[in-house]
Amino acid sequence: MTRSARRTRRTLLAAGAGAAALLALSACSSSSGSSGSGSGTKADSSASAKPSGTVTVFAAASLKESFTTLGKQFEKEHPGTKVSFNFGGSDILAASITGGAPADVFAAASPKTMAIVTDKKDTATSPVTFVRNQLEIATLPGNPDKVSSLKDLTKSGLKVVLCDKTVPCGAAAQKALATSGLKLTPVSYEQDVKSALTKVELKEADAAVVYRTDVRAAGDKVQGVQFPESAEAVNDYPIALLKDAPNAEAAKAFIALVTSAEGRKVLTEAGFLQP
Amino acid sequence: MTRIDASDAAADTLVGGPRRGRVRRPGVPLPLLLPALVGLAFLLLPLVALLVRAPWHTLPDQLTSAEVWQALRLSLVSATAATAVSLVLGVPLAWLLARTDFPGRGFVRALVTLPLVLPPVVGGVALLLALGRNGVVGRWLDSWFGITLPFTTAGVVVAEAFVAMPFLVISVEGTLRAADPRYEEAATTLGASRFTAFRRVTLPLIAPGVAAGAVLAWARALGEFGATITFAGNFPGRTQTMPLAVYLALQNDPAAAIALSLVLLAVSIAVLAGLRDRWMTAS
Repeated sequence: MTRSARRTRRTLLAAGAGAAALLALSACSSSSGSSGSGSGTKADSSASAKPSGTVTVFAAASLKESFTTLGKQFEKEHPGTKVSFNFGGSDILAASITGGAPADVFAAASPKTMAIVTDKKDTATSPVTFVRNQLEIATLPGNPDKVSSLKDLTKSGLKVVLCDKTVPCGAAAQKALATSGLKLTPVSYEQDVKSALTKVELKEADAAVVYRTDVRAAGDKVQGVQFPESAEAVNDYPIALLKDAPNAEAAKAFIALVTSAEGRKVLTEAGFLQP
Repeated sequence: MTRIDASDAAADTLVGGPRRGRVRRPGVPLPLLLPALVGLAFLLLPLVALLVRAPWHTLPDQLTSAEVWQALRLSLVSATAATAVSLVLGVPLAWLLARTDFPGRGFVRALVTLPLVLPPVVGGVALLLALGRNGVVGRWLDSWFGITLPFTTAGVVVAEAFVAMPFLVISVEGTLRAADPRYEEAATTLGASRFTAFRRVTLPLIAPGVAAGAVLAWARALGEFGATITFAGNFPGRTQTMPLAVYLALQNDPAAAIALSLVLLAVSIAVLAGLRDRWMTAS
């Protein structure tokens, strides 16, 4: 009795130890990501106008592709700098900024999520809307269900996924549906825009209402269908410099790049609209 | 009678039973006590914080909403169903691992415990690729029987069972290895088939271990999040279990998330407390 019970316990212990080791590892990797910003403080205090060091950018998940491109461009234009990104749901990012995460720049997918940060007076400059994003229907490649409008999504037998109302893409979808007076029962309310899109990419769902930029980023794994009601539910993306930015100088330069003509080109290519 | 004596004696020598009193008397050494207390505080502090920050005055309103009860009911039903699935499939699997010898048994046992360490989201993705509408097996389920598991309550049960069953298998296998196989042998020499021996002799013998495993599996299924949201999605009343409701409430209404968490905490404590005696016997 005792021996095998012990063995069971040992297995559980080993599993626990493994989990602890994994946790420790992931903690290490995340701290190394932000540790670079410390060196930025030093460079900043030397009062040189030339950006240097690491600039930490917290940005909405939907900005991943375009901001990664812009980050590389920034590093090329300003040798000696490094842009470190933290992409995620805007709500989660806002919560970690108000919780004291060391970030320089915050780019949110909606004014509402930016307000979480500005309400706490955690921003140094007032937020600027730099792009807008419109919804699009993502269908299976070739559009086998012949979806051509938002109304087509209400057809019975069609599996549609939406974002949950609590996240910006879900709020926008609800607004578009309300405008058109349509009632749509999806099979699932997903927790973010990428997981909604993934369900279509894996062919588990027939269609999803996501951002135009996500459809474009997915390439030929999904097919986009534009619908007029999406004009009623356009999301504004604000960007702001944060109050306790460890590297404010470089952060300002990065925001300047995002709002420049050059930055606009990259963002427009990704499918974003200009404000 | 004699067996009980023998096992008691064996247990005493293993745990050092008779000497236990003498070992404890000099007091607990500080290098052990300090980390132990820190460990205790570490485990309890978050739960205390949940109680401290709970919106007690609005709690009744938060908890009487239909959506909360829907999520709680779905959580309880699906966790129970997942435990039932785990019992039906897991106990025979544990028996196979404990009582038979086949090549690669150690490897199979390692695979069975894999979901214990696998990140639940990975489990959810794997389930989608296997049982999804376009999955390796799911494709045939769909075209032959018209069954699709994602986005259904059955999908929730599948995801929960996938994550929870290893707890049951490990627990039952351990108990089976401890149980004396000679009783089964005696039963078979008296003419019982091996299955009858299992049903009439082994199963009652290992009942406490099965119960402990079932409780573990049930608790794990109740808290399951990653695999569920990945495989079954999130739809109120159909696939939205309590952990999903908590996560999504946290996005825009932290007070509601805390209230929901309290319910889950209360249910978990009630179950563990209610089954403590049985739990103790098993371990």
